[in-house]
Amino acid sequence: MAPSDASDTPTAIGNETDSKGRLLTSDGRPLRAALQRANRRRKLTALGLVAPLLAFILIFFAYPIVQMMWRSVDNPAVVEALPRTLAALEEWDGNDLPGEEVYRALYEDMLADEELPRAEQKMGPLAVRLNYEISAARSAIVRTARNVDEMEAPYKEAFLDAHRLWNDPTIWRIIEREGRPLTASYYVAAVDREYNAEGEIVQAPENRQIYVALFGRTFMMSVVITFMTFALGFPIAYYLSTLPMSKANLLMIAVLLPFWTSLLVRTSAWIVLLQGQGVINDMLVALGVIDDENRLTMIYNQTGTIIAMTHILLPFMVLPLYSVMKTIPPSYTRAAKSLGATPWTAFRRVYFPQTLPGIAAGGVLVFIISIGYYITPALVGGQDGRMISNEIARHIQSSLNWGLAAALGTMLLVSVLILYWLFNKLVGTDSLKFG
Amino acid sequence: MSASDKRDGFVVFDKVQKSYDGETLVVKDLNLSVAKGEFLTMLGPSGSGKTTCLMMLAGFETATNGEILLDGKPINSVPPHKRGIGMVFQNYALFPHMSVGENLSFPLEVRGMAKSDREVKIKRALDMVQMGNFINRRPAQLSGGQQQRIALARALVFEPELVLMDEPLGALDKQLREHMQFEITRLAHELGITTVYVTHDQTEALTMSDNVAVFDDGRIQQLDPPDKLYEEPRNSFVAQFIGENNTLDGVVKEITGDECVVQLDSGDLIDAQPVNVSKVGERTRVSIRPERVEANKERLKEGAHTIKAQVLEFIYMGDVFRTRLKVAGNENFIMKTRNAPDQVRHKPGDMIEIGWLPKDCRALDHD
Repeated sequence: MAPSDASDTPTAIGNETDSKGRLLTSDGRPLRAALQRANRRRKLTALGLVAPLLAFILIFFAYPIVQMMWRSVDNPAVVEALPRTLAALEEWDGNDLPGEEVYRALYEDMLADEELPRAEQKMGPLAVRLNYEISAARSAIVRTARNVDEMEAPYKEAFLDAHRLWNDPTIWRIIEREGRPLTASYYVAAVDREYNAEGEIVQAPENRQIYVALFGRTFMMSVVITFMTFALGFPIAYYLSTLPMSKANLLMIAVLLPFWTSLLVRTSAWIVLLQGQGVINDMLVALGVIDDENRLTMIYNQTGTIIAMTHILLPFMVLPLYSVMKTIPPSYTRAAKSLGATPWTAFRRVYFPQTLPGIAAGGVLVFIISIGYYITPALVGGQDGRMISNEIARHIQSSLNWGLAAALGTMLLVSVLILYWLFNKLVGTDSLKFG
Repeated sequence: MSASDKRDGFVVFDKVQKSYDGETLVVKDLNLSVAKGEFLTMLGPSGSGKTTCLMMLAGFETATNGEILLDGKPINSVPPHKRGIGMVFQNYALFPHMSVGENLSFPLEVRGMAKSDREVKIKRALDMVQMGNFINRRPAQLSGGQQQRIALARALVFEPELVLMDEPLGALDKQLREHMQFEITRLAHELGITTVYVTHDQTEALTMSDNVAVFDDGRIQQLDPPDKLYEEPRNSFVAQFIGENNTLDGVVKEITGDECVVQLDSGDLIDAQPVNVSKVGERTRVSIRPERVEANKERLKEGAHTIKAQVLEFIYMGDVFRTRLKVAGNENFIMKTRNAPDQVRHKPGDMIEIGWLPKDCRALDHD
């Protein structure tokens, strides 16, 4: 310990150390501990401020995402419904129909399920699950299960009589394959692949290939929309940044109007404008630009989606651009001109490079939002203006194939994360300026 | 100054007027001629039109009326990038996304200069401002003074004959500013370039320039070398704006050649030098520099005019004493005396007699 009178000699202050060489405060406590105590209150306050939002995000954002990702591989239906059948199938060679003992096990599983209270019965989910893999599975299981208590040995024949599917080795291969708690089959389906009779992953028939093309189209449309918002937003952001505050605010309101207009009002406006007998077509015909027979199709297709989404997402491009341009003093361009650069060179080499953080931020925002956009393509997209989120929504709402929806959603999420990572590698997120 | 004189200047403003709104003139009938190699400073309070003049010369503002000539050629319709004028901006305007070397290379690249020639010139320009080791730094990694030097080097690297500077030292601290004032004048004279310098700092204007144009209200109030400007201000505005100044109001009683008698509002009669008073009975404001006032009888020159004064405040400033006096009813009359061994240190309340030479006492316009 330092002598108690150490504080009287100025040189000793701050230089007292204990036996381990740690710095001590003037009253002899370790300096580090004193600092921690002093900071504890600040840390607690910070935590208190953050905690409500953190909890909210964890419960309503992080947890559902984890749930979704889990659902894309979770596969309880077969394991829970057919434990005996799966055990019996272990002996099966996988080529011809399985033997009597497998059919007996299936009979026992079904019978056991009958006796459960209705809410706990497993055959329903099983029928739905197997129907994703082979389309006749639902009726086979439901019909067989309904009459299972009247069955008698030999069960193989009884099952073959009950439904033709039990005579097909494919259903048994599917049961064996999906008889594990985790499955890859949703992802296999999400990339337009399927299992063939031998259990190998192959390309799905052409008429059932949707998702890869849809992903491609979603990306392509997002790129087009991002570029369109940039092409339309850059000049207006530049103009706004040169105006005095009061005028800039007024014009900014015009830019932000899409945010404040009801989606349905906007959509009906687009329909009025863009449809075959709509304002734009009528005008073009009246001006003689197009024939009456060759009216343009601008809605319920890709064009409609791109036009509408460009309009909606424009503010996400304009705001970051504006906030960056606002900070670039006009003296830079002036300096470039005084140094002999033409106005174009001054723009290209001095002004434009300084707007890159804004372009990057706006581009990332618009691209990420548009890649997952749902409502506008659903309303004005028609068939070929649909995007991947519409397909995800369809699987959640109507086909009820949540596993596939989760697989598609996870792929979307991962691709956005990869893009963000790439962006970070190439541009650096610290250069982003959102406003 | 005759019309032929004007056309001889390297930079000439000929009856230039500028208005932004079509109702008020920011620059009113400006006539100015800058000789080749001259260092001219435009000095004035903010809003006096000096920066507008500089911007018109650089080409970022167009003159509403009148003509600006550069080396005998009218440049009103020449765009800024074709004028070949170097410019140093108030905030330096170094391109933040380029290194120091790239910043200096920019004016040479846009002129299509070959890489090897560029490198030689960049190196020479950087050495000129003692920044040769900073070629790969970014502007953000430099201190204010260093950025200032780079901005200067960039404005000079393409060897312009005319360099404009818009309050280039405004953001620097006092010591650095004084050092840079010296550097800039040295460079300007060594390279023989013509410099037009805008500032609102009178010390800067006085120490750096060959000639100073004092602007106010859109007009040049006086254009003279620094010493003449300080010692012989032509009107009340210049006298007030440049340096410290004591004023006494009164009426001209008598004018004889280059002397006049002024009766102050307090009734005292004093001798003064008429500058822009012309007739007896005119209101005038008499101006006396604080350092030309003397209280020590032994130091007073012959012919000095004396007057009674009451000491209100004595401020010790080290090298000088600053004594606030009540003179002829003016309670803000300042006397600045050098801290010499024989100098008296007055106490508040003392009644003393002060004096000055009539030629240091200038009768100016009364506004």
